[in-house]
Amino acid sequence: MPFPGLFNYWIVVILMMIGLYIVIAHGNLVKKIIGINVFQVSVFLLYITIGKVAGGSAPILDQGIEVYSNPLPHVLILTAIVVSVATTALGLALVVRIRNAFQTIEEDEIDQQEKTG
Amino acid sequence: MIIKHLAIIQVILPLMAAPVCIVIRHHVGVKIWAVLISWLSFLISIALLVQVSDQGLIVYQLGGWAAPWGIEYRIDILSAFVLLIVSGIGAVVMPYSWTSVEKEIVHERAYLFYCMILLCMTGLLGIVITGDAFNLFVFMEISSLASYVLISFGQDRQALVAAYRYLIIGTIGATFYMIGVGFLYASTGTLNIFDLSQLVPALSASRTVKAALAFFTVGLGIKLALFPMHMWLPNAYTFAPSAVSVFLAATATKVAVYALFRIVFTIFGGTEILEILPIRGLLIGMAAMAMIYGSIQAIYQINVKRILAYSSIAQIGYMVLGLSFDNATGIAAGIIHLFNHALMKGSLFMVLGAVMYRVDSVQLNDMAGLGKYMPLTMAAFFIAGLSLIGMPLTVGFVSKWYLIQAALEKGWWPIAMLIVISSLLAVVYIWRVIEVVYFMPANPEAREVREAPISLLLPTWILLGAVIYFGIDATTGLNIAIAAADALLAGGGS
Repeated sequence: MPFPGLFNYWIVVILMMIGLYIVIAHGNLVKKIIGINVFQVSVFLLYITIGKVAGGSAPILDQGIEVYSNPLPHVLILTAIVVSVATTALGLALVVRIRNAFQTIEEDEIDQQEKTG
Repeated sequence: MIIKHLAIIQVILPLMAAPVCIVIRHHVGVKIWAVLISWLSFLISIALLVQVSDQGLIVYQLGGWAAPWGIEYRIDILSAFVLLIVSGIGAVVMPYSWTSVEKEIVHERAYLFYCMILLCMTGLLGIVITGDAFNLFVFMEISSLASYVLISFGQDRQALVAAYRYLIIGTIGATFYMIGVGFLYASTGTLNIFDLSQLVPALSASRTVKAALAFFTVGLGIKLALFPMHMWLPNAYTFAPSAVSVFLAATATKVAVYALFRIVFTIFGGTEILEILPIRGLLIGMAAMAMIYGSIQAIYQINVKRILAYSSIAQIGYMVLGLSFDNATGIAAGIIHLFNHALMKGSLFMVLGAVMYRVDSVQLNDMAGLGKYMPLTMAAFFIAGLSLIGMPLTVGFVSKWYLIQAALEKGWWPIAMLIVISSLLAVVYIWRVIEVVYFMPANPEAREVREAPISLLLPTWILLGAVIYFGIDATTGLNIAIAAADALLAGGGS
């Protein structure tokens, strides 16, 4: 298989694992949100890779364009990006309020405060 | 004319009504508006159910674009039934929240609460009604984002943390679902659920399709809080405002179970994949553990809301168990339990909302002796509790009876035993509350407590009336559930 081959899919898998790892391993609430973002972006890449047709151009109705990429995954991902932005915004808003309520955004310190009441 | 478009109006109505709340802004106006919308929505879902049972499947093409290119809404008997559950609970919760929200959320923010709960309802109704796998993802995120906000309305600062954790884990679940959709799209080139059900059987050997099923199961498993992916649920239900606990406990997880039904039976039902990939065995295992784990955890809690939250985990186990039986009785039991559990958990959380209103706490100790001071409220808890245990003449009995029958039909004695054991554990945790409420002397400050206001009692007793009515005359619900189960087993999008 020539160079690009499954390159995109490898990147997708690597990004996905990095994202999930950040979510699980980091105690900082903002970092967790960044992890979620990396994880979601990897899925966006997966969709866009699926839609690519080898040698295809952008799906524009024009003379001389016979082969074009599948535009549907792009549109789906546009929707998913909107959802992702909304999730990030809401998550960060919650972090701000958590910081006001607990004076910290470290998970273990919040746990401690929850235990002691 | 309008009859033809009921399917889309069902979703559009709460969606359009939500931003109107922000325009109205005044808390009285918003309350009336929300109740009006939820009742209208309930009427529409009744009309849809009648229409479906008269003429069968309703297919509605959005904007006139033919499927599988356009998005279509597909309502069969199962979706009409779940629509009825969601909008019915909505119609009861909205008037209930008048008083409850007044107590638990500051006046200035009440309009935001109603905006969010209408959006959450939009999302849930959309998941049920849509016939498009990606559209389902979008609705799932609409409902989830709204419910994160709703949970963060809680008075306790821990509500914020609960909402945040739910956001993180819920987003992972939804993204897993999206990966599943991507895999299916890559191998079939379609997103329409009916079309998928036609194309997937030919691809039984494809590893991509198998991976898709795995991602769907995990993603939806997180959303429906299947053991061991339930960690977000207890805190979310405990710290949310009472009206939100009622609404989420009665609808959100049910709709996720519905989505799992759709994926497992409609898309993958006709294939050999379920034999190659032992999803059913896995689900049975997790459901059985959920039943036992949830019930045992419930026994050790000191916060009554948390008792009910853990009991929800056990009850979700019942539903998933019904789903994984692969015979008509089992699936019907799972479907009828969706309905029954929505009724009884709804009324139990409503009782706690009333206690919260009067006592300002739902800790077990603070509820001591309340049976004397809030007799009607606590009687409601008693009856709904009996239903949760599965006493005859309540809905809980109907679903458990069918579930055990399904297990015996398969000859799975241990599973039937587990159902009985889990019910016995339910006796223990319900009895702990009953004992404290009726037989312990009241705390000095509790002596001032009066019966809950009628605006809280009436919705509670309406739901409870349904618990008893459908417990005595189970045929209506059962006929629908059995018809839905047959349609699901017939596969191929019915």
